[in-house]
Order: sequence, then C-alpha cells, then structure tokens
Amino acid sequence: MTPTRKKRVTYFLVSVVVALILGKFIFNSLQKNTVYFFSPTDLSLNSETPKGLIRVGGLVKKSSVLKNKSEATYAFIVTDLKNDIYVEYKGILPNLFQEEKGVVVEGTLRDKKFLLGKTILAKHDENYMPPEVAEALKKTGNWNKKYDQ
Amino acid sequence: MFSLFQLKKIFQLNDSFFYWLKITFLSLIIFGLILSLIVSPKDYLQGDTVRIMYVHVPASWLALMVFAAMGISSIITLVFKIRVFTIYAKSLAPIGFTFSLISIFTGSLWGQPTWGTFWTWDARLTSMLVLVFFYIFYILSWKFIKNFFVAEKYSSILAIIGLANLPIIKFSVEWWNTLHQPASIKLTEPPAIHPSMLMPLLIMFLGFSVFALFIFFIRYKTEVLELQQNKLNKALKK
Repeated sequence: MTPTRKKRVTYFLVSVVVALILGKFIFNSLQKNTVYFFSPTDLSLNSETPKGLIRVGGLVKKSSVLKNKSEATYAFIVTDLKNDIYVEYKGILPNLFQEEKGVVVEGTLRDKKFLLGKTILAKHDENYMPPEVAEALKKTGNWNKKYDQ
Repeated sequence: MFSLFQLKKIFQLNDSFFYWLKITFLSLIIFGLILSLIVSPKDYLQGDTVRIMYVHVPASWLALMVFAAMGISSIITLVFKIRVFTIYAKSLAPIGFTFSLISIFTGSLWGQPTWGTFWTWDARLTSMLVLVFFYIFYILSWKFIKNFFVAEKYSSILAIIGLANLPIIKFSVEWWNTLHQPASIKLTEPPAIHPSMLMPLLIMFLGFSVFALFIFFIRYKTEVLELQQNKLNKALKK
C-alpha cells in the first residue's frame, strides 16, 4: 500500500469508529421518541395522564366491541393481556379491524383508563396464508396463538 | 472478473448478451405476474390486497440492496480511488431511486385498505422516506456539481453517510414498535408466509433483479460513453 492510500484507509477507519460511537448516542436518545404507540401497561406505569394526542396499541379484547350502527360510534377495549384501556370512537373502522387482532388508536386520554379515539389504524402482522390454510390450522388445533397478534 | 473493472470492458458485453438478459427479464416478470395476480391465493385476512406485496417487497429489497452497493462502491472510490466504482455507483443511483419510489407508492396503496391510512410517521416509513431523499441528493450532487472530481467526492460521502440508514430501515420494525409489520422472511427462521405466496414473491424478486441488472449495464455503458465524449470535447477545445 502506498503511503497516501494508507493514510486514507486510516482516516476512513477512524471516521467509522467516531460515527459508530455518535450513532450509539443518537440511538439511545431516540429510543424514547421513536415509540409509535404506547401499550396499556406503559400508560398504567405512568404516574400522570399524558396530555394531547397519543397513540395506544394492543389487541381488541374478545367480545368487547359495542356498536351503534346508526351513529357509527364504537366502544371497545384495547388490551395487552395485562392491562386494559377503554376506547370510544366515532367514524369508519378499517377493514382489518377485528376482535383479537392488533389495533392502534390515536386520540386523547380522558383519564388513565379511558381513551377518546380520533383515528383508528389496524395493525397487520407478518403472517400470510390462504384462507383454507387458516381454516385447516384452526380445525386441527395447530393455530399458533402468535397469528392473533 | 477483474477485467470488468476496466472502464471499456463493458463494450465486450455484446448485443446478444443484452438480448438474452431482456428475454430472461420478460419471461420472469410475465411468469411472476401470472403467479402473483392469478394463481396465488387470497390472504385469509387481507383478501386480494395481498397481491400488492408481490411488487412492494421486491422493490423495497432492491431499493436497499442498490443503495448498499452504491455505498460500498463509494467507500472503494474514496479510499482506493478506483474510478470504475464511481461510475458503478453513479449508474446505480436512478435504479435504486425508482425502486424506492415504487416501494413507497405501493406501500401506501396497501396501507389505505389495510391500516386505514396512506401514510403515517412510524419508524419504518420515515426511514424509508429518508432513503428516498438520500437517492435524490445523491443524483442532484452529480447534476449540480460540474467538476467530475468534486462531484465524485461529495456524492461518495453522501452515499457512505446514507449507508448508516440501511440497518435503521431493516431493524426499525424490531427495535421500536411500529405500525409496519416485522419481516416475514428472515434468514434465521422459517418464513411466516405460506409457500403458495412465497413462490411468486421470489420469482418477482428475481425478475426485478434481472431488470435492475439490465438497466445498470445500459446506464453504465452510457456513462462511460459520456466520459469519453467529454474527454474528446476537451481535447478538441485545446
């Protein structure tokens, strides 16, 4: 290796190390801000009720959905299987909104247990399969709980 | 292998090579589209919306892979001053840019019926948008800086910085909770996607890759011709 080339390699390696250290610091400080949604447990651990718009994510609890079709209002419970939060929402639900499936609700907290939903987003998991396979899996009891995100 | 490193060697890839590359691309894409749009089943939750995935996922993979190739070429450019790698990176940029746009566009078409929104600022979507901007700045740096050697330097630095964004895109869905789902296909685990849907996806990916390669060779040839033209123009002026 020529001396200039050696110098450039050293420069490059030093800057990579510096960038990695800087990156680690940025990553750690970002960790709090890059949370897309809170779980009900996150909220229950919080001592005060967060103000303004927040997002809460979890599963729609089984048979908790109440509908008032004429006014398009819905009430349901979002759970992370440890803590629950009650949600009230007026508007159109996404197609994939289903009981025992993932959901993210954006809205304002009335109190620690009650969220007034403004927007509802359905969360989709990484599992893809044809309907017949899903049926067969459910029938034979091989349905993995993780498919119900 | 190393002979390809010389600028002019591209002209030895003759017309029949390009012809066969084109034929391979077309047959893979036609086969892949038939599989993904007609033969493959609906998803048990998403229904027919799942078919967007057969374009979205290969485009996203290639957008990341092309940028990775550009970043690595740029390192070799800056550290070892091997000029062909500059031209590699420069020819790759518009290809990756197009794929990243396809990825974002098809993703939002999928997001509306599935999530209920075209766009949201979660970590995966935001970092992907950052990648699009890296592509734009990279291409613009070549457009606006007239001096070849200055442009080479700044565009390479840009591509190397952008390299740091790639692991963020890849792992954003694992490090943070996002609306975007985690990867269905991982090297360490069996895929969470049924074989009847995996097959068309992989064929589409192959088709997209051959297309990327095809465009890359054409662009590379053009870049080299342009360089020679510039050299000739300068010689004539003197």
